[in-house]
Amino acid sequence: MSVLLDVRGVSSGYGSVTIVHDVSLSLDRGELATIIGPNGAGKSTLLKAIFGLLPVTAGAVRLAGSEVTNAPPSRIVGLGVSFVPQTDNVFPSLTIRENLEMGGYRRRDDVNGRIDEVLALFPELERRTGDAASKLSGGQRQALAIGRALMLDPAVLLLDEPTAALSPARRGEIFERLLAVRAEGVALLIVEQNAREALAISDRGYLIVDGRNAHEEPGPAMLENPEVGRMFLGIEGAPGDGDASPAAGTP
Amino acid sequence: MTEILHLAVIGVIVGSIIGLGAMGLTLTYGILRFANFAHADLMTLGMYLAFFVVGDLGLRGATIGPLSFGWGMIPAALVAIAGVALFAVASDRVVFRPLRERGSGFLTLAVASLGVGIMLRAAIQMIWGPAQRRYTTGIHEAWTIVGDIKIKPDQLLIVALTAASALLLYVLLHRTRLGTAMRATSDNPQLAEASGIDTERIRQATWVLAGGLIAVAGIMFALQSQLRFNAGFEFMLLPMFAAVIVGGIGNPWGALAGGLLVGVSQEVSTEWIDTGFKPAVPFVILIATLIVRPRGLFGSTI
Repeated sequence: MSVLLDVRGVSSGYGSVTIVHDVSLSLDRGELATIIGPNGAGKSTLLKAIFGLLPVTAGAVRLAGSEVTNAPPSRIVGLGVSFVPQTDNVFPSLTIRENLEMGGYRRRDDVNGRIDEVLALFPELERRTGDAASKLSGGQRQALAIGRALMLDPAVLLLDEPTAALSPARRGEIFERLLAVRAEGVALLIVEQNAREALAISDRGYLIVDGRNAHEEPGPAMLENPEVGRMFLGIEGAPGDGDASPAAGTP
Repeated sequence: MTEILHLAVIGVIVGSIIGLGAMGLTLTYGILRFANFAHADLMTLGMYLAFFVVGDLGLRGATIGPLSFGWGMIPAALVAIAGVALFAVASDRVVFRPLRERGSGFLTLAVASLGVGIMLRAAIQMIWGPAQRRYTTGIHEAWTIVGDIKIKPDQLLIVALTAASALLLYVLLHRTRLGTAMRATSDNPQLAEASGIDTERIRQATWVLAGGLIAVAGIMFALQSQLRFNAGFEFMLLPMFAAVIVGGIGNPWGALAGGLLVGVSQEVSTEWIDTGFKPAVPFVILIATLIVRPRGLFGSTI
């Protein structure tokens, strides 16, 4: 596999406050990588910096070898990266179909054909395409958010806590869908607090603590690593032990 | 009773003008996320640009049927729509966009718009002077519609044009890709940008649309009343804001309904209160809405 997304020594934050310090990670084509870490570790900040929503103050972001550091989101989207924010990730007053149309706004070819393909992945949305997104449940809304992001056939999908505030059953469904998305050849970089479920299906796991790289290894191996549990929450045991899913709301 | 009905009819005409202007105002409010206090002066610019064609250039043309004005009003309206839209886009490029890019908030943008409005009003006064003007002179026959209630053909046109504009706006916002993108940008500009929507172009389109609507409203105002350099600011700013807030910020249909409510209320109120107090009615409606239902009667969504 070849490196698709390469993040080298990136620092970022809000205004003069640096939250992410010298973080590096990489994502191969068709790979699923998960970033875990305690609340406030800078995971979401890192994702937003990669997508151009926050300034990269040091380091570089490369996509398939091309430098995209501090490129605006509109350019990054055009290069095949889609982003699913943790909250406010659908257009509430638009219908499901309109949300998908807006996800495919830049497409010049068959938008309706792509909508059908995306709806096939999320059948619970297919029956309600005329309903406003504001009427959807949390899980359905998350499905729509992912569907919207898939409309441009991205090569890389960035997801910020896609299962936050969902029931265990709905979390499982979302992870199943993400596996189906990966099976289509899309590379996924996920920030996730539900570490056990996410790492179990990840090719690679990254632990970020205090805005810095703390550890990296294959997802299932990381799940069994007691050292990671210690660094993750300052407790003994693996990240999947006990409640390794603190409340969402990382910066 | 007949008198109240007569006032209500006048209120619908005035309300149509307020509503048409308010639809543009609420679009800029919802998509650009600030209260544009220059909107009323854009209205004045629209009425004077039309006057430039039919008055200054003298392109009146033969009178159209029972209406008070001639065929020259059609190119005049096109000039007004294009001119106001262009001015609105230019003001965004020169004033509002730089402020937006610096991360300026609602208040800074609103105060800047007050400045734009003051400059525009002063420029109109410099060019056309402080005197009142009219597109046409003379007496125009009114039609009897029911009993003693009469209405001028111009006034019927005002109501019909407002209805047609509202219908066209509905089609644009709900049946076109651009309109859906405008609604998406109003919902969540950051997500719209993350979806690949060129939000700057959407903002420009919003200015063009709002400029076009307020230019038409300006011409209607001048047909119903007369041209004056401060007409928009003095007579329409508050009623339009009241209409926007009553209808729910960002909701064009709410703004139209709010405009009709404000128009009818302020006209019918003169049955019981002195005409001089009429401008206070939108204030009362505005304050009552903010206290009782701050999200407006119809909610804040395009």
